[in-house]
Amino acid sequence: MTAVSSWGRLGQWEHQVRPLLDRQGLATALQGPGPGLAYGMGRSYGDACLNPGGTLWKTAGLDRLRQFDAATGRLVCEPGVLLGDIQRVFAPRGWMLPVTPGTQFVTVGGAVANDVHGKNHHAAGSFGHHVLEMELTRTDGSTRRCGPALQPDWFAATVGGLGLTGVITELTLQLRPVNGPWLSTESLPYGSLTEFFELADSSEAGWEHTVSWIDCLSSAGRGIFMRANPAEDAEPAPSARMRSMPFVPPVSLVNGMTLRPFNTLYFNLKKQQAGTSRVHYAPFFYPLDNLHHWNRMYGPRGFFQYQSVVPRAGGHAAIAAMLKAISACGEGSFLAVLKTFGNRPSLGMLSFPQPGVTLALDFPNRGAGTLKLFERLDDIVREAGGRLYLAKDARMPRALFEAGYPRLSEFSQYRDPGISSALSRRLMGA
Amino acid sequence: MSEPQSQKIVIVGATSAMAEHCARLWVATGNVAELVLMGRDATRMAGVAADLRVRAPACTVELVEVPDFNATAHIEAGVAAACRTRCPDIVLVAHGSLPDQRRCQDSLAVAREALELNGLSPVLFAEAFMQRLVPAGRGTLALIGSVAGDRGRRSNYVYGAAKGLVTRYAQGLQHRLAASATQVKVVLIKPGPTATPMTAHLPASKLASVEEVAALIVRGVARGTPVVYAPGKWAVIMNVIRHLPNFVFNRMDI
Repeated sequence: MTAVSSWGRLGQWEHQVRPLLDRQGLATALQGPGPGLAYGMGRSYGDACLNPGGTLWKTAGLDRLRQFDAATGRLVCEPGVLLGDIQRVFAPRGWMLPVTPGTQFVTVGGAVANDVHGKNHHAAGSFGHHVLEMELTRTDGSTRRCGPALQPDWFAATVGGLGLTGVITELTLQLRPVNGPWLSTESLPYGSLTEFFELADSSEAGWEHTVSWIDCLSSAGRGIFMRANPAEDAEPAPSARMRSMPFVPPVSLVNGMTLRPFNTLYFNLKKQQAGTSRVHYAPFFYPLDNLHHWNRMYGPRGFFQYQSVVPRAGGHAAIAAMLKAISACGEGSFLAVLKTFGNRPSLGMLSFPQPGVTLALDFPNRGAGTLKLFERLDDIVREAGGRLYLAKDARMPRALFEAGYPRLSEFSQYRDPGISSALSRRLMGA
Repeated sequence: MSEPQSQKIVIVGATSAMAEHCARLWVATGNVAELVLMGRDATRMAGVAADLRVRAPACTVELVEVPDFNATAHIEAGVAAACRTRCPDIVLVAHGSLPDQRRCQDSLAVAREALELNGLSPVLFAEAFMQRLVPAGRGTLALIGSVAGDRGRRSNYVYGAAKGLVTRYAQGLQHRLAASATQVKVVLIKPGPTATPMTAHLPASKLASVEEVAALIVRGVARGTPVVYAPGKWAVIMNVIRHLPNFVFNRMDI
């Protein structure tokens, strides 16, 4: 047994870890005593990637590219391939992933299983929209191919399906053509949520990427709005310098004493630096990837991320209410993101993105007080008709899950009985 | 080394995670014209080759199947096939398998298999390549040893003994080459515990990433460094462990 934790570092749990080595013999590798779960990079924050007491099938060894068509940009690969690997190999050849989340240290399989989104959701949808076909291996040894037009029900269950419908063992992705690795960006400070929504609405037509940092302690909702488009030039990329958080500090570095001054400093610094610039895709898409193990900064008790989406009607009021509740108790972190989603419907039965506005916030784990705050936030989300992101969740009550994900019972028919996770047991009963 | 644009690289044990990541780094340089993968399992090798072809469409990737890694005739035939087009610029001998120490103590057959596959076989492959590199007068041969070969320890001394054989062999080879004016270089890599399928049962936080180790191997080979600890901290740690007096060492549960 091996102790495994997820990105939130809320604890460590014993697992039987079994590597998946190559596509041959996969069907037998997945037969095991007790239920298992595919595990990629463990970047889910909560318990979606954990199966305490059971088996984790590590997909890191299934990381081969299988085929690439340079005329169409179609890539066939194994599920353990990292998004960063695809960007690095194909960007110099004029192709990149059409959708990417805030870190490139995730596997393709994980990106599909959580139907991740990026800063261009309003323009490109989520990751699942760019999957052309998948091979699913079930624990009974059978395999099944699915795609948007091929067994679309299986496809809809598997995109965003948290690995619970079988192990994704091969994928065909559609890459997008790019001129080069650069983006033309503009950053604009905003002083209120009204200003944020105005900026978001006026930017969506002309800008592919939009996102904003928000000061979670300001009840007015001040922040920095960033928008970007692919740049025209094709100059090669500079090499990045990697750093690492070398140890776990005894207490969270993000706390009541550091958060308010940090947010004020950051806001004022970024306000002065506002304007246009040309930025490489890596620092724009993956601002934290250069600091390995940044999750250690929250100390030995770990942290939660609370990411919700609420519909636009009532969204303004809901976000304002959440910020008010957070700033009232002084919790939170400087890692706080506010972004609008576009109207493209998600493909997956359990996909997170829906039209509206999403707020993502880190919270150092301070025990009961933090959980109490989440209950207040839950009420706001439920009332606004929103939902929480399963990839980030470690604690939402089952009622909120069922209210937010109305296709749950449909999804359950596609579950693989040999697969289970801490999250599925917590929220789906098995 | 020949023209950088036209390097030929041969990898023995090409389906090992470390070897595969080295191959990815090498083809990414754009300087490799020809890559020969040698291994036991043709199907698994085909998967590795397909990946490398996608990464570097301009590089020729060839497969040489060696059904028995311990049979001298198979080794000789495999090496001859790998050198058919021309003598390689770089050879990486990377195969191996981490045995369970307990099982080695209980079964002579298991112990023999571990000793042969991790010690004898890499040395014989190396010797077969040396028979070609030395007359050619150039080329770099890299062998994967292990920190486990630096001092026998109760937790894995059968594996350590096999890797110790590789260490002594590489040392002797370097001594032999130093006596002549040849451009042939021998690089001995000593990885510490690395996150590969071989170590999936160990806690990930105590393992180096295979990407990091592969990058150090590729750099060590390019520079012709005689001994490369990967990551570098193991040079310091093993220096201490090698020099601990027995009365201290024997009390350590390592």
